[in-house]
Amino acid sequence: MTSIRQLFEYQFMVNAFEAGTIVAVVAGAMGWFMVLRRQTFAGHTLSIVGFPGAAGAILLGLSANLGYFAFCVGAALIIGAARESVTTASYEDESALIGTVQAMALAFGFLFVSLYQGNLTGLTGLLFGSFLGITNAQVIVLLLVGAFTLLVIGLIGRRLLFASVDPDVAAAAGLPVRALAMAFLVLLGLAVAEASQITGSLLVFALLVLPPATAQALTGRPLLGIGLSMVIGVAVTWISLTIAYYTPYPTGAYLTSLGFAAYVAARLIRVALDRPRARVSVALPVTSS
Amino acid sequence: MSVDPLLGLLGGILSHEFMRSAFLAGTGIAAACGVVGYFLVLRAQVFTGDALSHAAFTGALGALAAGVDLRFGLFGATIAVGIGIGLLGQSARADDVVIGSVFAWMMGLGVLFLSIYISGSSGSNGSNGTSGVSVLFGSILGLSPEAALAAAVIGVGICALVVLAARPLLFASVDEAVAAPAGVPVRALGIAFLAIVGLTAAETTQAVGALLLLGLLTAPAAAAQRLTTRPSRGIALSTGLAVVSVWTGLAVSYAAPSLPPSFSIIAVATAIFVGAAAWTKATGRV
Repeated sequence: MTSIRQLFEYQFMVNAFEAGTIVAVVAGAMGWFMVLRRQTFAGHTLSIVGFPGAAGAILLGLSANLGYFAFCVGAALIIGAARESVTTASYEDESALIGTVQAMALAFGFLFVSLYQGNLTGLTGLLFGSFLGITNAQVIVLLLVGAFTLLVIGLIGRRLLFASVDPDVAAAAGLPVRALAMAFLVLLGLAVAEASQITGSLLVFALLVLPPATAQALTGRPLLGIGLSMVIGVAVTWISLTIAYYTPYPTGAYLTSLGFAAYVAARLIRVALDRPRARVSVALPVTSS
Repeated sequence: MSVDPLLGLLGGILSHEFMRSAFLAGTGIAAACGVVGYFLVLRAQVFTGDALSHAAFTGALGALAAGVDLRFGLFGATIAVGIGIGLLGQSARADDVVIGSVFAWMMGLGVLFLSIYISGSSGSNGSNGTSGVSVLFGSILGLSPEAALAAAVIGVGICALVVLAARPLLFASVDEAVAAPAGVPVRALGIAFLAIVGLTAAETTQAVGALLLLGLLTAPAAAAQRLTTRPSRGIALSTGLAVVSVWTGLAVSYAAPSLPPSFSIIAVATAIFVGAAAWTKATGRV
């Protein structure tokens, strides 16, 4: 009990927990749709684009925050526009394009860091996150952007779900499928920019893919799944921050390991649940007769 | 007159041993990337290549943290993960979410190894951090002549292997459903191919680093596939473009030392891809 109180004696730990909670909730919701829409590769690219954004902003003397948001949302717009302009493009074409964009983005990030001649901690902080330096102002920015993202996804959620599950039927029913896809990518860009500030550009997946994938392995119901995804994300973040406080190793390592453990456990539970159910359905007629 | 400065630049480049090593290793690595990348793009397995680059990072840092030779962990991890993805995936093509989840965790482990390694020897803090960064972004100018020769030989070996298996691999990649009844061992080929992609990823990590190798694997291959639909030409073109990217990138970084060579190489490869895409669009070819 005393050690827990000690954890919150420092303002930077309070900020880290507040920021981590906001980011985990937003990433849990956005990631759920991303996993459903099979856009993990696009999400990964958005997160990587945040790296040159932040590094470039620091090089110009601006805040890393601004760089994350500007580049992630910009990249979302470009991916969305490229998607619309080449409607006939095959999947392999699209993934080759995304792969190239991704490598180029990382190369620019590396260039900016080496031009800045920044220290190594700065580089690893941008790539792998550092929760120690989060200021009160940053928490407020995260909260505002996070609230906006959740509000919009709440408004378009039903239609987006329909358009994600069956785009052809949704389009026939008069839903603006393309506009929804574009809006989703921009919101995803915002969520990625938020998460990058906690996990770093390379570990965004820890919050954006693992909790939603875990939730989708456990339940197929949308609202329950999104809620579960948020809860798992927040739990993993809190535990990781606590362990990281007491050990010399980075938060990112704990975030990904715990998230992955939850995912594996969920897949195992799914397998275990599916088996008895098959047996029960066979046994039922016998007991009823 | 216009040739003179170029020749002077070339002479200047080749007078340094580290530049000769970089060109030797870079050529072998680029050729391997061009050939393997062509099939990777054709088989729509770019995302798998992405996962393997993460394995390269974690494997190399794991080896460094454990105090063994970096290349041991690098080659071991990428080849093992390549085979693993091949075995797990349905008909040797794994699911996006599974790959994403596994490599998110692998990156996390990599970070753990990085911090163990950096904090491990407190005396030489700076140099440990630098070799951690060179795993991420490559250090083609730091290769010893022996390492460069080994990289070139492995690169040529990879090219020879893939070219030998090119016909059945092409058949299996383009039309799996027809290739299997025709007696092509589709699954075994898929797994063997991923093992070779793993080997290539480990090779390329030495040149441009784990984070940038995807660019050298995909950009020249994607450019070649836009310029020609004929496989034999496409493979040759992809290889040629990859080699040109590395040569030009090295020359640019020699002329402008503030640009890291990994950046220049990827920038040239991307420019070639953008150029090829623009040209096919302008001429109306698909």
